[in-house]
Amino acid sequence: MSAQAVDTHVGSAPAERVAPRRRRLINRQRPGWMAYGFLLAVILGSVFPLYWSFLIGSGDPTTITKQDIVWWPGGNFLTNAAAVLSNESVNFWRAIGNSIIVSTVVAFTVVLFSTLSGYAFAKLRFRGKTGLLIFVIATMAVPTQLGVVPLFIAMSKLQIAGTLAAVILPAIVSAFGVFWMTQYLSSALPYELIEAARVDGASMIRTFWHVALPAARPAAAMLGLFVFISTWTNFFWPFIVLDRQNPTLPVALSLLQSNYFVDYSVVLAGVILSTIPLLILFIVAGRQLVSGIMQGAVKG
Amino acid sequence: MTSTTLDDERRIRRIAFSQKLSHWDVRISPYLYISPFFILFGIVGLFPLLYTAYVSVHQWHLIGGEGDFVGLDNFAFVLQQPQFWIALRNTFSIFLFSAVPQVGFGLIIAAVLNENLRAKTFWRMGVLLPYIVAPVAVTLIFSNMFGDQYGLVNNVLRGIGIDPIQWHSQEIPSHIAIATMVNFRWTGYTALILLAGMQAISRDLYEAAAIDGASKVRQFFSITIPQLRPTLIFVIVTSTIGGLQIFDEPRLYDQFGQGGANSQWMTITIYLYNLGWGQLNFGRAAAVAWLLFLIIVLIGLLNLAITRRIAASSDVPGERRSRWTWRSVRHHEQKKVEA
Repeated sequence: MSAQAVDTHVGSAPAERVAPRRRRLINRQRPGWMAYGFLLAVILGSVFPLYWSFLIGSGDPTTITKQDIVWWPGGNFLTNAAAVLSNESVNFWRAIGNSIIVSTVVAFTVVLFSTLSGYAFAKLRFRGKTGLLIFVIATMAVPTQLGVVPLFIAMSKLQIAGTLAAVILPAIVSAFGVFWMTQYLSSALPYELIEAARVDGASMIRTFWHVALPAARPAAAMLGLFVFISTWTNFFWPFIVLDRQNPTLPVALSLLQSNYFVDYSVVLAGVILSTIPLLILFIVAGRQLVSGIMQGAVKG
Repeated sequence: MTSTTLDDERRIRRIAFSQKLSHWDVRISPYLYISPFFILFGIVGLFPLLYTAYVSVHQWHLIGGEGDFVGLDNFAFVLQQPQFWIALRNTFSIFLFSAVPQVGFGLIIAAVLNENLRAKTFWRMGVLLPYIVAPVAVTLIFSNMFGDQYGLVNNVLRGIGIDPIQWHSQEIPSHIAIATMVNFRWTGYTALILLAGMQAISRDLYEAAAIDGASKVRQFFSITIPQLRPTLIFVIVTSTIGGLQIFDEPRLYDQFGQGGANSQWMTITIYLYNLGWGQLNFGRAAAVAWLLFLIIVLIGLLNLAITRRIAASSDVPGERRSRWTWRSVRHHEQKKVEA
C-alpha cells in the first residue's frame, strides 16, 4: 500500500501509470516465490558484510584468528568502540564533527547554486542559454578529481591546506546538480505560475524565491541527500589535503588501519560507528534515495 | 495647474524608471543566477584541470614549487616507468572485473524488481543499502574477509575442501577482491538505474510478444535489452569515468597503501599519489593526471563509437522486430474491437 503511494509519488515511471485495464490484462500477475527468494538472497548479501563487521567489532583480537567461524556477536562492541573514540592518533570525535560540517555545507551550497542555475536554464530566456547548458552537460563527464595537483598547490598558497575550507571549496558547485535541477524544474514548474507572479509585480528574485523555490523543493531535497552522502563518503581529496589532527570520518577510519599491527576488532568497530549516521539517514530517507536514483536515470 | 503637471511628469518618469529597472531585471537576472555556478566551477573545477597541463611540463617540487620548463620530459619519464604500465594494467583489470559482473548482475536484479512485487519499496531500498557504506568502510570490511590467512572467504573455502587463495599476494585474486568491493557498493545502485530504464519500456511490446508466444527469457533478450540501450550506455560511461580513477579500495586494501608488495594491485591514481605526495614530484604527478584524463576521454569516445556501431548493425533486425511486434499490437487491438 505504501509502495503504491511511493510509486505515484515518483511520477516519472511511466510503466506505473499504465491504465488499470491494461495492467490487469497481461503480464502483471504476482511473481512466484523464486523472485522473492532471489531478492532476499541479494539483500542478505548486502547486509552480511555489515553484520560480519559487527561480529568482528564486538569480539576481541582472537576472534579473527579462530578457525571455526563464530556466528554470534561477542560482548566487546562497547569496549572496542571506546577504543576507537579514545584513540588519540585518530581523533574520531573531531572527525564526526568535521564530516557533519563539511557534508552539510557542501550539500547546502550545491543545492542553492544548482537551484538558481537550474531555474534560469529551465524557465528564463537569455542569450547563449543552449550553449551554456551544453557546456554544463559536457562538464559532467569531466573527471575533475584529476585536478588535485593544482588544487593542492592553490590550497597551500592560500594557506588553507589542512583546514575544512580546503575540503569544502572544490565541492561547492556541481554540474550534475545544475543539470538535475534544470531537468526537474522544466517539467515541474508551469510558466503560468511565473507569469502570474510577474504580472502581480514581483521582481525576478522574488519570483524565484516565492514560486520557483517551493516548486523545486522535492528535487532539491533529493539532490541535497545525494550530495550529503557522496561528501560524507569521499576519501581521496580529504585524505590528500587534511592532516591527521583534523580528519573527516573516512580519513580517520583509514588511520585506524595504518599501524603495522592491525587490531581488526577495533578497526571494524570503527567501521560500524562511522556507518551508523548514514544508516539512520537511510532508514529515514531511503525511499527518497530510491526514487531519486530512478528519476535521475529516466531523465538523464 | 503647474504643480499637477509636474506631479504627473514625475509619476510618468517614475513609472518609466521602474519599467527600465524591471527591463534590466529581466535581462540580467538569468546571468546573475547562473554566474555562481560558472564562476565557481571555473575556479575549482576547470582551472585546476587545465593548470595540470601547465604543471606537467615543468619541474615542480611539492615544497620547492615551480622550477624550469622541461617540455614533455615528465611524460617521457612516466611512460618509461614499468610501474606506470603495471598500474595501467591493474586499473583496467580491476575495472573489467567490476564493470562486467555489475552490469550483468544489475540487469538480473532489475528484471526481478520489475516484476509486480509486493512491498516494492522495501526490496528497492534493500538492494540500495550498500550504497551508504563509505568505500573506505567497505574496503576495511572486505580486506578483512579476504585475509590471506584468517579471512572468512578462505575459511569457507577450506570448509568445503578448496585450497585457500592468496587474495593479497597474488595479482588476479587481489583484483577480484577489490572489484568485489566496488560491486558490493554499486550493483544495487546500477540495478535501480536499469530498473528505471525498464519501466520506461512500453508494456505493449511485452503484451504483443506474449501473445506471439515469446517466453519471459525471450522477451528479456528481444525487448528489454535492446530497449535499454540508452540506459546501458549511461551506466557504462559513468562507471568507466569512476572506475578508471579508483583509489580508495586499492589504497586501503592493506595497511601500507602502496598497492601491494609487488604493486600487484597498484592503480593509476595510487601511482599519481605516490609520485606527488610520496616522491614530492608534482610535475610527474600532473603528467600522470593528464595521461589518465586522456585515457578516460579516449575510452569515452571508444564507448560512443562501439555503441554507435552496435546500434547501427543491430538496428535493422531490431527495427524489423519491433515493427513486427507493433503489427501484433495492432492486430491484438483489432481483435479486441471485434470482440
